Amino acid sequence: MTTTVETATGPSKTMVLNMGPQHPSTHGVLRIVLELDGETVVKAVPDLGYLHTGIEKSCEDKTYSQAITLTDRMDYLNPLGNNLVYCLAVEKLLGLEVPKRAQYIRVLLVELQRISSHLVWLGTHAIDMGAMSVFLYCFREREEILKIFEFVSGQRMMTSYIRIGGLALEPPTGWIDRVEKFLKMMPGRIDDYESLLTGNRIWLGRLKGVGVISAEDAVAYSVTGPTLRAAGLAYDNRKVFPYSSYDEFEFDIPTSNDSDCFARYMVRVAEMRESLKIIRQAIDKIPAEGPIRSEAPGIIPPAREKMKTEMEALIYHFKIFTEGFSPPAGETFVTVESPRGELGCFIASDGSPKPLRCHFRSPSYINLQALPKLVEGQLISDVIACIGTIDIVLGEVDR
Amino acid sequence: MTESGSQPTNVVVAGLRAWSTNAIEEVIEFRGETTVVVARKNLRSVAERCRDDRALQFNLLSDATCVDRFPLEPRYELNYHLVSIPRRQKVRIRVRLSTHDPVVDSLVPVWLGAGWLEREIFDLFGIQFTGHPDLRRILLPEDWEGHPLRKDFPVEGYRDIPAIATRYTRNRP
Repeated sequence: MTTTVETATGPSKTMVLNMGPQHPSTHGVLRIVLELDGETVVKAVPDLGYLHTGIEKSCEDKTYSQAITLTDRMDYLNPLGNNLVYCLAVEKLLGLEVPKRAQYIRVLLVELQRISSHLVWLGTHAIDMGAMSVFLYCFREREEILKIFEFVSGQRMMTSYIRIGGLALEPPTGWIDRVEKFLKMMPGRIDDYESLLTGNRIWLGRLKGVGVISAEDAVAYSVTGPTLRAAGLAYDNRKVFPYSSYDEFEFDIPTSNDSDCFARYMVRVAEMRESLKIIRQAIDKIPAEGPIRSEAPGIIPPAREKMKTEMEALIYHFKIFTEGFSPPAGETFVTVESPRGELGCFIASDGSPKPLRCHFRSPSYINLQALPKLVEGQLISDVIACIGTIDIVLGEVDR
Repeated sequence: MTESGSQPTNVVVAGLRAWSTNAIEEVIEFRGETTVVVARKNLRSVAERCRDDRALQFNLLSDATCVDRFPLEPRYELNYHLVSIPRRQKVRIRVRLSTHDPVVDSLVPVWLGAGWLEREIFDLFGIQFTGHPDLRRILLPEDWEGHPLRKDFPVEGYRDIPAIATRYTRNRP
């Protein structure tokens, strides 16, 4: 299909090209209808929904605790972060206070998850730009993080480890040593990635000055996360609206003023280093002993030992797993900082054991909306750099 | 729980009341979150005011979503979650819509980010947004029938029901 457009050099024919839905650089099934004038993008229209699974509708048919397993499966690079935002929203609805020990462990795990998500991003984005080896290094380190998750929760990816009111299990002894070992290794590894990429002329040529979006435009398009911070606005939910005791941690929010693809890369690499700082502090803060779940009979499942000796504990256990619990009627909206931006969970309760409405503000979905703004007027090869540096996860875009 | 008359609970309510005495229909406080309920006809002007007022500065539209309270009336509740990045504050603006007239002004002229959020609500709830530049389905196929997040749409969907029915009847004697 061709149409005639007016360009700077006179009228010219444009061509419509379908990029995707099966294209390696779209990191999932995303289709972009590109209108091209030669190699220049005149218009880009994203087409999504290929992975739509109706998670929000399914949540309405599950009890509050059952829906946690669904949240893992939205953003599969950040399952713990999804668990966290959902649990925080339900806890706010219930007015539950989570023990400090559980809060610090949550922070530690979510920051590990942030590093692992940024590693996947860095590796796959480097492949898109033609640097194969970085991918292998990144996945080597990511594997170490997944091994820690497996050790702590029993699962590598879909952990469902963060539960309403605390955590699923007491972490096994020796898990802190594994995190310590990872902390010792990681800073040098991040230096390695930087030595491969930051000064690399091909890398600079592909990313510098590509996909620029100003801070004003980014805010107007509701863009958040590293894309917004690379445009110079230090908006991070961990600082602006602290949750899970983030206000007790000292860390910086990396920003840049270049707002191009390279700035987003630099911001993400700096964020990995900041996450390491947070993990270090979390290790020092986590008390050796203490509860990992809050005390709320009828809402939080009782300990296994109690069930064998106490009648009430057995009754509560039965009731929680058959009919669930009923929070008061009302609505809560909680936002956390996921690796991709502001991840929000809106829950409306009508006082029944199932949520009336459970909505996720997925940062990938909303950031992707700014893609046409980023790529129009650029070359077709820059589209790949732009999709990559927005860092979308299609499972979360389509939900 | 509605707000007690004399003491304005926060800057948003005070700012909007000072601007227009009848802009706010109701203020709901729950778990430290403020919900400002406005009339449908005032939605866009309230949104513009929230964005432009120097005392409010709600520059980021964080989220927009809908709740279906079927069979209650008015059935639909649209919730817009606004964030003021400079003032570090959140507020929720709510509009209630009835079954027979689920139409509301689009907020795309105020926040460009409303574009896909409203398309999602249109797709899943069937709410019409007047003034939206590109109101098409976004997550579901273009030829999909119905709006699945409505409460009268079964969780299993319509298409699978005959298949399920035959599966159960096949083994019966």
